[in-house]
Amino acid sequence: MNKLIISPSPHVHGKFSTKRLMRDVVIALLPALLVSFYFFGLGAVKVVGLSVISCVAFEYLIQRFLLKTAPSTNDLSAVVTGLILSLNLPSNLPWWIVIIGSLIAIGVGKMVFGGLGNNPFNPALVGRVFLLIARPVEMTTWPLPLTLVTPDATTGATPLAIVKEGLKNGLTIDQIKESSDYTFSYLDTLFGQIGGSLGEVSAVALLLGFAYLLVRKVITWHIPVSIFATVIVFSGILHFASPDRFIDPVFHLLTGGMILGAVYMATDYVTSPMTPKGMAVYGVGIGLLTILIRTFGSYPEGMSFAILFMNAIVPLINKYMKPKLFGEVK
Amino acid sequence: MEKLTSSLKNMLLSLALISTVVAGLLAFVYVLTKEPIEQAAKQKQENAIREVTPDFNNNPAEEQFEIEISNGDKLAVFPARQDGKPVGIAVETNTQKGFSGEIKIMVGFDMNGMIKNYSVLKHAETPGLGSKMQEWFSDESKPNQNVINRKWNASMKVKKDGGEIDAITAATISSRAFMDALNRAYEVYLKVKETNSETAE
Amino acid sequence: MSKNLKALTNGILKENPVFVLLLGMCPTLGTTSSAINGFGMGIATAFVLVCSNLGISLLKNFIPDKVRIPAFIVIIASFVTVVEMLMQAYTPPLYESLGLFIPLIVVNCILLARAESFASKNSPFVSALDGLGMGAGFTLALTILGSVREFLGTGKIFDFTIYPENYGLLTFVLAPGAFIVLGFLIVTVNRLKTAKN
Repeated sequence: MNKLIISPSPHVHGKFSTKRLMRDVVIALLPALLVSFYFFGLGAVKVVGLSVISCVAFEYLIQRFLLKTAPSTNDLSAVVTGLILSLNLPSNLPWWIVIIGSLIAIGVGKMVFGGLGNNPFNPALVGRVFLLIARPVEMTTWPLPLTLVTPDATTGATPLAIVKEGLKNGLTIDQIKESSDYTFSYLDTLFGQIGGSLGEVSAVALLLGFAYLLVRKVITWHIPVSIFATVIVFSGILHFASPDRFIDPVFHLLTGGMILGAVYMATDYVTSPMTPKGMAVYGVGIGLLTILIRTFGSYPEGMSFAILFMNAIVPLINKYMKPKLFGEVK
Repeated sequence: MEKLTSSLKNMLLSLALISTVVAGLLAFVYVLTKEPIEQAAKQKQENAIREVTPDFNNNPAEEQFEIEISNGDKLAVFPARQDGKPVGIAVETNTQKGFSGEIKIMVGFDMNGMIKNYSVLKHAETPGLGSKMQEWFSDESKPNQNVINRKWNASMKVKKDGGEIDAITAATISSRAFMDALNRAYEVYLKVKETNSETAE
Repeated sequence: MSKNLKALTNGILKENPVFVLLLGMCPTLGTTSSAINGFGMGIATAFVLVCSNLGISLLKNFIPDKVRIPAFIVIIASFVTVVEMLMQAYTPPLYESLGLFIPLIVVNCILLARAESFASKNSPFVSALDGLGMGAGFTLALTILGSVREFLGTGKIFDFTIYPENYGLLTFVLAPGAFIVLGFLIVTVNRLKTAKN
């Protein structure tokens, strides 16, 4: 087994412990959580609470009684999984579906492979994608944020789904933008006035967390920036080639959990490459796949699938883009 | 018995013999099952027609004919008769507007042009979403989504297109395609009715 | 006698083609969306296994070594075609839901593996028993897998409702569910086997 570990030398003991890193991620997620509480009200609080509690509980129970190892629940990694999973869910999701999602995320996504550090796929995403396929109706009817104009909770499609459906119906992008469904501006997507899962509605709150993570050196800029750059370039080319059929890059950047995925899920230590060069390849892959799935695939959103797919390739990237060994002479 | 050596003669002989015996076996089973297989296929078509039309005692599959609709497509029509008197028709309709690929539906009309029943023959819609069309549009306890025995008028569309029918939750595209197929079938019904009244006069 | 009994029971748990030998994964994952489909696929494969094992064992001295693989394949393929025609004639609904997977029994590794490693070395009677045991093991595995998937996905087993279908998790009826359930079943079988030793 030891042969599989790749790690650049020299090894210096740092002050980074799993617990500290995870605490920073939780802090970075706070703005997005608060925004979602503000827009979706009690439903959001319930989903987040339930998801976090059940993730921690499942991690404890599985380690304690099935694997019979010392529970490692106080390293906060299950809390982070729970938080990220809940940010990927609609706020009106029935409670039992949230619990099943947590069970799949922790049980199938993480513990099956031997717990934290051994899982090839991002556990929260495993949970989300499982639910998306298992309960497509509940997972794709989003409550619209509570606003002064529509004080009652209503449900609607996400911007991406609206565009996809319009295109399928033979409309051009301009016609879709004039239709009655398309009620939001880019400013809305920036601050959160759109339908969607808890964490994908406010770009500003997510970027705030991104800045915090960068300052605390929890993550580096390579993965998110290479994803964003690829998305802008690729969807820009498509949009430039045929503006009627492909929507502009800004729209792609601000919708469908793009920022949530790029900053918080693609950067998961365990499931992303180790070297800057590897990270760039990984980020470009995610960006390309996301736009491909969104524009040509049957699902309106492609971020989760793209990240999971690239997760699977990470061992290969690590193999071919090994960090140079310290003192190695070529 | 000694095992045969791998000489060219032995190999040819052995393979040729095995092939001959096996071909004989297959021919035998083919003859044996030919009749039942045809019977089963016929039965299946008749069941699909019986499911959607009023009771009949003729053989609609034998009286099958085709009607061309406005966009040039031809749809198969199966007339149902009880003691020689027409009681309704079944139309095998289709649409290319589905979320993924063609949808084929057998739609049955009574003589008043009301949908007696329908049966989704083939589709590749998303499981759990568009795939629910068989149950969704025939739920008589939910008048807003039921198309069975509904009076035909301009409202036979999903709500988003200005009609009265509730689309399947989170599957507007599939619902729209379903309605498209129904409307194509109805066009056929109107044409059949027209020709029937002409011949009657 | 004990040899015959061993040939018969070997395939059921000790060398179960799905849970232990991991052979025939394509039909295992592809056809088990419900208990009845898994069962039907298992029976069809078992039938071909018994017939081809018997046939190959009878002909084993007549087939020269260098052409044994083509000869085996011809024999297996013809029995598969027989099964296909019989199912099409007498169980049309099952034939339709299994679709392409029936002709694909030809490429199921279990058949060639048993022909090569067992039937071509043993007497016809024992070979038929081996085919029966392996077929039973395959059927058992597919039925269990199909039942679990049908139960989790739609709340039914063999179309018998256990909990309302509205609470089913569709993933289990689809391909990803097949992989997840199969993985957990293999773990369970391994656990049982190590516990016994």
